[in-house]
Amino acid sequence: MSGEREEDTKWPGGRENSANLRVERRSLSEELSDAEARSVLATKSRRGFLLGGAAALVGVLGWRWMPDETKVAFLQKIFRFNENLTSAFYRPAHLAAEFPAEKITRPARVNGMLGIETDVDLAAWRLNIGGIPQRDEDLVLTMEDIHRLPKSEYITEFKCIEGWSTIVQWTGPKFSDLVAAFTPWRSPEEMPPYVSLATPDGAYFVGWDTPSIMHPQTLLVYEMNGEVLTSKHGAPLRLASPTKYGIKQLKRIGRIDFTNARPQDYWANEGYDWYSGL
Amino acid sequence: MSARVEEKHRAPIRWMHWINFPLLAMMMWSGLLIYWANPVYSLRLFGRELFYFFPQGFYGVLGVPYRLAEGMQLHFFFMWLFAANGVAYGAYLAVSGEFRSLLPTLGSFKRAFRVALYELHISRQKPPQGKYNDAQRIVYTLVILMGAGSIVTGIAIYKPLQASLFTSLLGGYEWARWGHFWLMILFSAFFVVHIAQVVLAGWRNFQSMITGVEIIKTEGSGE
Repeated sequence: MSGEREEDTKWPGGRENSANLRVERRSLSEELSDAEARSVLATKSRRGFLLGGAAALVGVLGWRWMPDETKVAFLQKIFRFNENLTSAFYRPAHLAAEFPAEKITRPARVNGMLGIETDVDLAAWRLNIGGIPQRDEDLVLTMEDIHRLPKSEYITEFKCIEGWSTIVQWTGPKFSDLVAAFTPWRSPEEMPPYVSLATPDGAYFVGWDTPSIMHPQTLLVYEMNGEVLTSKHGAPLRLASPTKYGIKQLKRIGRIDFTNARPQDYWANEGYDWYSGL
Repeated sequence: MSARVEEKHRAPIRWMHWINFPLLAMMMWSGLLIYWANPVYSLRLFGRELFYFFPQGFYGVLGVPYRLAEGMQLHFFFMWLFAANGVAYGAYLAVSGEFRSLLPTLGSFKRAFRVALYELHISRQKPPQGKYNDAQRIVYTLVILMGAGSIVTGIAIYKPLQASLFTSLLGGYEWARWGHFWLMILFSAFFVVHIAQVVLAGWRNFQSMITGVEIIKTEGSGE
């Protein structure tokens, strides 16, 4: 037995295994009788299994016993922690990769009809904007007003929170161009920290942090893949941005509000991450 | 008859090993809740689909459907614990010098072949067994790299814009997700083999991962 052990520490040819040279196995006892050694091991073993078993039991029972509301409230706090941490690393200069036109996914994938189930009356559509300083009433814009803003275009990867992604060409003014044209603010830092967006019927609503919505690739889109935006993609005007999952890129925008209070968000109310920043 | 109690696995190694078990389990479970929302991968050979991940019955039995939000909540909490434990483990290996008994050496790949032959009962010549044999060195090192890979691919999916360096190095968002998924499959495969090997290695070996020690007979052993 002892002879075999000695051989075990060597590689074939008799060379010492460096591992066994460098990390010596510490002997934790003097020479003991067989029975004494067994008793040392039995004590350690009992202690180890009891500790491990107790830890496993506490973990499993604790998890089961904990009310769902407590669990969700805690995990929502973690979402907030992640948001605070990762938003500190947010840089507007980090731009999403752009793709050549032949990479565009055709036909464009349609997902989600929340707030756009009814037909849109394009002639009656208006964009109502609230929360602009020195204004008591909403600023009301038409599509002509939007078309007068500088036009930008990006072919970027659209990411759904479900896990799929497609390449889409988005055309329209930057959200920041809208802010520059119709508000007194000259930088995201001067603005309230949040922006709320909702469909005309109010059925779908999302909240944004100001830095993300002011990202240079966040667009108010009226053309998609080179064609006028269709109803199921959010005509006449939708949001598109590589900074967030699709759940935040509201279709058929009816209202925009600049606000100091963290806005309600449809999917955050369903348990999803309010920030959902990419 | 006399014996000595010798240290086999140091306490930090044992703690981090056992802590990793429920953490990885939670990462895989919550990952499955997320994957369900866009289950697109399958095992293919020569363009033919051998196995689709995953059949409906599999989700049904486990109660996976429509729990994407919960999956993300759990995943983005346990990721911190999983990563912290992994980083602590890597740091401990480096600082303590334990990495020397774990990393494969130059001859390990050749000798690992002998381990395979021996374990498959093709060869009767017992290969050298330090703390780990050469097959274990290679596989355990790969598992650590897989853990690191899961973190890197995970960051690439989690923040593809702000951490776009990771995403682009991995060939883009889609490939990062693909890699993240297959690493999970590899972890599952490792788990099955690991459990089988632990069962085959016997009680004494399993016990040493709990107690940290082994009894070494020093003379006139009755065994």
